[in-house]
Amino acid sequence: MANQVIIEGTHVAHAHESHTEHHGHEHHEQHFITKYIFSQDHKVIAKQFLITGIIWAIIGALFSVFFRLQLGFPNETFPIMEKFLGEWAKGGKLSPEFYYALVTMHGTILVFFVLTAGLSGTFANLLIPLQIGARDMASPFMNMLSYWFFFAASVFMFVSLFVQTGPASGGWTTYPPLSALKEASLGSGLGMDLWLVSMALFVVSSLLGGLNYISTILNMRTKGMSMTRMPLTVWALFFTAVLGVLSFPVLLSGFVLLIFDRNFGTSFYLSEIFIGGKALPHVGGSAILYQHLFWFLGHPEVYIIMLPGMGMASEVLANHSRKPIFGYFAMIISLIGITVLAFLVWAHHMFVTGMSPFLGSIFVLLTLLIAVPSAVKVFNWLTTIWRGNIRFTVPMVFALGFVSLFISGGLTGIFLGNSALDIHLHDTYFVIAHFHIVMGVSAFFGMFAGIYHWFPKMFGRFMNNTLGYIHFFLTFAGAYLIFWPMHYEGIAGMPRRYYDYTAWESFKQFQGLNEFISYAAILVFFAQLVFVINFFVSIFRGRKLTNPNPWGATTLEWTTPINPGHGNWPGEIPEVHRWAYDYKDDGNGGDFIPQTVPARPGEEVH
Amino acid sequence: MSGFLTIVLITLVFIIIYQIAKASEYASVLRGKEKVERQTNRTIAWLLVAFFFLGLWGIWECHQALKDKMLPVSASEHGVQYDMMLTVTLAVTGIVFFATQTVLFWFAFRYQSTEKRTSFYYPHNNKLELIWTTIPAIVMAGLVVIGLRNWFAMTAAAPADAQVVEVVGKQFNWIIRYPGGDNILGKRDFRKINDANNVLGLDWEDKANMDDIIAENGELHLIVNKPVKLIIGSRDVIHDVGLPHFRMKMDAVPGIITTMWFTPTITSAEMKQKTGNPDFVYEISCDQMCGKGHYSMRGTVIVETEAEHKAWMAKQVAYYATMNAPAEPAAPQAEADTTHSITMN
Repeated sequence: MANQVIIEGTHVAHAHESHTEHHGHEHHEQHFITKYIFSQDHKVIAKQFLITGIIWAIIGALFSVFFRLQLGFPNETFPIMEKFLGEWAKGGKLSPEFYYALVTMHGTILVFFVLTAGLSGTFANLLIPLQIGARDMASPFMNMLSYWFFFAASVFMFVSLFVQTGPASGGWTTYPPLSALKEASLGSGLGMDLWLVSMALFVVSSLLGGLNYISTILNMRTKGMSMTRMPLTVWALFFTAVLGVLSFPVLLSGFVLLIFDRNFGTSFYLSEIFIGGKALPHVGGSAILYQHLFWFLGHPEVYIIMLPGMGMASEVLANHSRKPIFGYFAMIISLIGITVLAFLVWAHHMFVTGMSPFLGSIFVLLTLLIAVPSAVKVFNWLTTIWRGNIRFTVPMVFALGFVSLFISGGLTGIFLGNSALDIHLHDTYFVIAHFHIVMGVSAFFGMFAGIYHWFPKMFGRFMNNTLGYIHFFLTFAGAYLIFWPMHYEGIAGMPRRYYDYTAWESFKQFQGLNEFISYAAILVFFAQLVFVINFFVSIFRGRKLTNPNPWGATTLEWTTPINPGHGNWPGEIPEVHRWAYDYKDDGNGGDFIPQTVPARPGEEVH
Repeated sequence: MSGFLTIVLITLVFIIIYQIAKASEYASVLRGKEKVERQTNRTIAWLLVAFFFLGLWGIWECHQALKDKMLPVSASEHGVQYDMMLTVTLAVTGIVFFATQTVLFWFAFRYQSTEKRTSFYYPHNNKLELIWTTIPAIVMAGLVVIGLRNWFAMTAAAPADAQVVEVVGKQFNWIIRYPGGDNILGKRDFRKINDANNVLGLDWEDKANMDDIIAENGELHLIVNKPVKLIIGSRDVIHDVGLPHFRMKMDAVPGIITTMWFTPTITSAEMKQKTGNPDFVYEISCDQMCGKGHYSMRGTVIVETEAEHKAWMAKQVAYYATMNAPAEPAAPQAEADTTHSITMN
């Protein structure tokens, strides 16, 4: 804290004109509230996003344990569930209504609150200004609003867990008419309204954040930091923000129409429905329209979740292999390819909705095309570690795990993207296995790599290594144990989102397997608690950082002091002279050259 | 009490793990950071190798345990094509999977940090990038061609002689309608639906409806080796007709009619022999979440020979006759059959 006061007390000289107007605030002692709660410091906002995300992740993971208990042991009762869930688990047996609510909330929480806000909210905030050499975001105030809209969204979602009719229970995709009609399901009552309000606030948060990230990257790079000298993390976060800004508004429009259908008697999504003993007046709407609007975000959303992990894995792999990332430009081009294609493949979620087969065939082509940039990335990561000098630090093992999982989960996408195969695999456990490995666990591994790598930057302390390794191996093994066998269930046609399979001749044969998977899921849940404990205890008790650049990294965030104050650099903003991956002999026995070091005479710089 | 004890126990385990982890941190300071780091690096490298081989063994064991349960015998004509395509895709992705995972773990182990090693500065190579852009693109093109050929075959118009059956989803069961003697499904209107006597909202003005047969028990009777075209609809929310044995799936969307067709090739009786399971039955699963009873929305398919089908059909009574039997003077015969079919249900 001492050096923070000094930084803020000193008049900061500006090396770069474009930053002057963005600084200059907060030259006084800060109150606790402005410093830690309504903070405009991007680093504090990053921590707020991260900690809120971790809390949500625990809730979302706990929900999955509850419904895995039902799936693994459909004939047993668990009195402990009644303690947590009350009337929803009378006698320790989950009710079907609440099973579906749990499934829905698990998806919503993990996809949006953890892997969108918790992931890109954290690392875009932390890394963009630090790695491009800016004192803060383009608009620190908007940045603060972005977090508080997320917080408000969180409050609404949390409240919805406690309403009498239960939270939304139509799946995280909330397809109408199920989600539009109160008669269709308990969860389509007040719970669904709260869900929609929460998600609308969430979209606002995401847009405020995204616009800020884009404008910061485009306008506030320090001197010498051309776009092609930026670390791949920043590139990845940039495209993440672009995806969000272009697709979230479409989702919001879909939600607004749904709100209208629910409350104001319109018929955007509703047509020819007989429910609750009567025919509804709605005619002429299309339930499929919602799916188009939803998946126009829903698919880019997958990449909103994946790209930050890709960026951080690239950075971590390069740094801990002591080697430049292989094919820097190819990495950027493949990011662009993924970003563009992400907008052109959404209907592959809808092959069996009765859409025109010709249209379907176009989406098959475009979907499988995404395999190309993805393959390029994988091969580049593999070549990055080839002939490296690999330090198996905790972030590094998570980055390696990320690559392994990305391969495993990515390959099964080739099955699902091909409509002729999807027609049997659609909405089965194969899908669950596919997306949990690739955008669930793999994205989490990218996130963990990032957390373990940048924790010293965030808190000036290290996380405990031994606990980190335990966390890694249990999660890595556990994730494969959970999701690998699910492919087999999916190929057998076992549908997802079933409360109980015992009445099904075709699927009850997997009962033993489901039990096994549930044990693995519980194991992985406790492994995550190891991480949570490590994280929170290390904030206060972790080994202190003594070297401001503990990983020997080239990038700018490590040129700030340990525990930098608001404004990041106490003196001038550093100037950049080379690209972010000069992991080579520096002439003095070191194996890296920071971006701030000018080119030696005769040296060719990137 | 036991719940409380469990929580205490779990907390204790966590505290112990944490203390050991913390102790190892202090120990590393005492024993010299550099040396400990080297040791850790070696240990983790070996652990990753162990993980890789345990993983391979696990995949093998998993496959041995589950391969017989994985893909049920395909009971439709295009299902055979489907299985072939699945095998090809599995082979291609399987090769890529094992190759890339092996390379990943091999490189990780081979290039672990040692005192002597320095990394090789190798920032890019356009030839390599070109190679691994082109090869995946070609492979994908191949898979797309196979896929689209099958896709267009599956989604082509049904043969003219196909049996036509309507399948309508509602929370939470399937209603099947056969067109009857005239082979025409009459018009229906959701406003005319009445759970007591008109579950599908058949329009009695349309004479084509008079001989339509409705099975509310979700039992779909099909003729072996005869193409069948399903006309799919929904009364309330979106459902999905999932037919795992026939490798088919299609949403049932309110307000929209969807269709699918296929040719069943194995009768239910033959399938019982093939699988060695006397309880075997083709099932229709709902594959689109439709509410709290989604998991119980089960229909069945009975595939039978033409003769069996005729005999079964002869016993069925038109829905109109069933519902209006007492008022119909001309249907004493039908009445007798109605009671029969109800007991069957």
